[in-house]
Amino acid sequence: MDKLLEILSENSSFTPKELALMLGEPEDYINAQIKEYEQSGVIKGYQAIVDWEKVPDAGVTAIIELKVTPKKETGFDEVAKRIMAFEEVTSMYLMAGQFDFSVMVKGETMQDVASFVARKISCVDGVIATATHFMLKTYKLGGMSFVDDEEPDGRSMVL
Amino acid sequence: MIDYQNFVNDKIKQVKPSGIRKFFDIAVEMDNVISLSIGEPDFQTPWHIRQAGINSLEKGKTWYSPNRGFIELRREIVNYYKRRFNVSYNADTDVLVTVGGSEAIDLVLRTLIEKGDEVLIPQPAFVCYEPLTYMAGGIPVTIETKVENNFKLTKDELEKAVTNKTKLLILPYPNNPTGAIMEREDLEAICDVIIKNDLMVVSDEIYAELTYGGKKHISIAEIDGMKDRTVVISGFSKAFAMTGWRLGYALGPSEIIKQITKLHQYGIMSSPTTAQYAAIEALRNGDNDVAEMKSDYDIRRRLIVGSLNEIGLKCFEPLGAFYTFPCIKSTGLSSDEFATRLVKEKHVAVVPGNAFGECGEGFVRISYAQSLKNIKKALKLIEEFVEEIQNGSKG
Repeated sequence: MDKLLEILSENSSFTPKELALMLGEPEDYINAQIKEYEQSGVIKGYQAIVDWEKVPDAGVTAIIELKVTPKKETGFDEVAKRIMAFEEVTSMYLMAGQFDFSVMVKGETMQDVASFVARKISCVDGVIATATHFMLKTYKLGGMSFVDDEEPDGRSMVL
Repeated sequence: MIDYQNFVNDKIKQVKPSGIRKFFDIAVEMDNVISLSIGEPDFQTPWHIRQAGINSLEKGKTWYSPNRGFIELRREIVNYYKRRFNVSYNADTDVLVTVGGSEAIDLVLRTLIEKGDEVLIPQPAFVCYEPLTYMAGGIPVTIETKVENNFKLTKDELEKAVTNKTKLLILPYPNNPTGAIMEREDLEAICDVIIKNDLMVVSDEIYAELTYGGKKHISIAEIDGMKDRTVVISGFSKAFAMTGWRLGYALGPSEIIKQITKLHQYGIMSSPTTAQYAAIEALRNGDNDVAEMKSDYDIRRRLIVGSLNEIGLKCFEPLGAFYTFPCIKSTGLSSDEFATRLVKEKHVAVVPGNAFGECGEGFVRISYAQSLKNIKKALKLIEEFVEEIQNGSKG
């Protein structure tokens, strides 16, 4: 894998200067690479990884499994486009297996999410079944552990 | 009341405790310290290697191994040295598996040194060579390597240090703490002096897998005429992130291995059995793990060296191990003051260079066996520290 992407996907806060040092390339080259990745859509954006459980009134998140009937010409994509257009939907995947879509939804309360599923998603043409799973606790996200009682570095100085 | 001083050997009383420890002890007492002082990988042993150790335990393989180590492991070590460093040994006669490279160093020194023999030790270097030489009855003769030579041992320096009492040269490359390596031409230059003066070499190659910048480690045993006068010391700790397993080895002329095996046999008996099973797996299927860890170290190395130079702590490019050895003279502080104040004021632990020999004064050892995230944080704090000193705000 491209080392630059590997580093940025783990931590996008490195400056071009730092990245240039780390990869042994000129800073201009790093800037150009990043720009190219951004323009071609390889890099979609940069976000902070937030532990919402530590933020008051941050709301709830649910994962919704959807079974749908694919459309004749456009397959799953047309149904997906309608669902992803709702701003409550934060991420969405087409899955192999028992159901078709996995949709992540954010809302202020569980009630909000439940009524969003009942009133909006279920009504989308092609949707035949939904199963809503509320998230209770985040252990790991974006490669970062959210568990505070991580074991300390067990290394000791021996000499 | 018993006066224990009357019972303790005079020589051991003269041996000073290691200077590296002091800073670790300070760091342990404080909260939120980023330690760049530790001399072992931050990676855990790759899972398949751990699994091999676990499997051996599940099968109940909990007995002693043969004194020299399992023959399967010795064969793998011999294959590995041939494959990676192009030196051929006989698994039956030329290998001893030891409790870490450290045991092997101690055994070789005790086996070769007679009272009054001089042992040449290039410094800055790992802290064990001097006390172990001294305990074996030898006279440690240190050779100051210089930053302007990238801390390599030069022919001139070696020639000046040799006397008619010199028996041994310790060759600690890739070097802890400087990160220096010896390239083929550097080795060839000193081999003339070694052969002319009929010296033996103890080549501590524990960091052999960790070289950067397209440089591959060259073992001095590979140079013409040197295999017969070299004992190579290595182990699994640094390359395979296996420090806690305590497994190393010595490779050398069969007559010497035969003699050091007696010491090992009576003092240790055999190296840990579980660790040996894990090590067989490491040598058979661990090359990719080594390459991945090395690639991560290299990224950190570049970041740390580049950043230190920008901060104004001049740092020659280390091409081996996982240490940088920047010069801190520009701050006007001694190595001890620098390290003590840095840990107290900024909670970043490094080791003062003089812990590795007097000639390390004016330098500190910074280990990059630490996560990128922590290295980035630590560099920012070091930058603040150096700025504050230069502005005299705390001086």
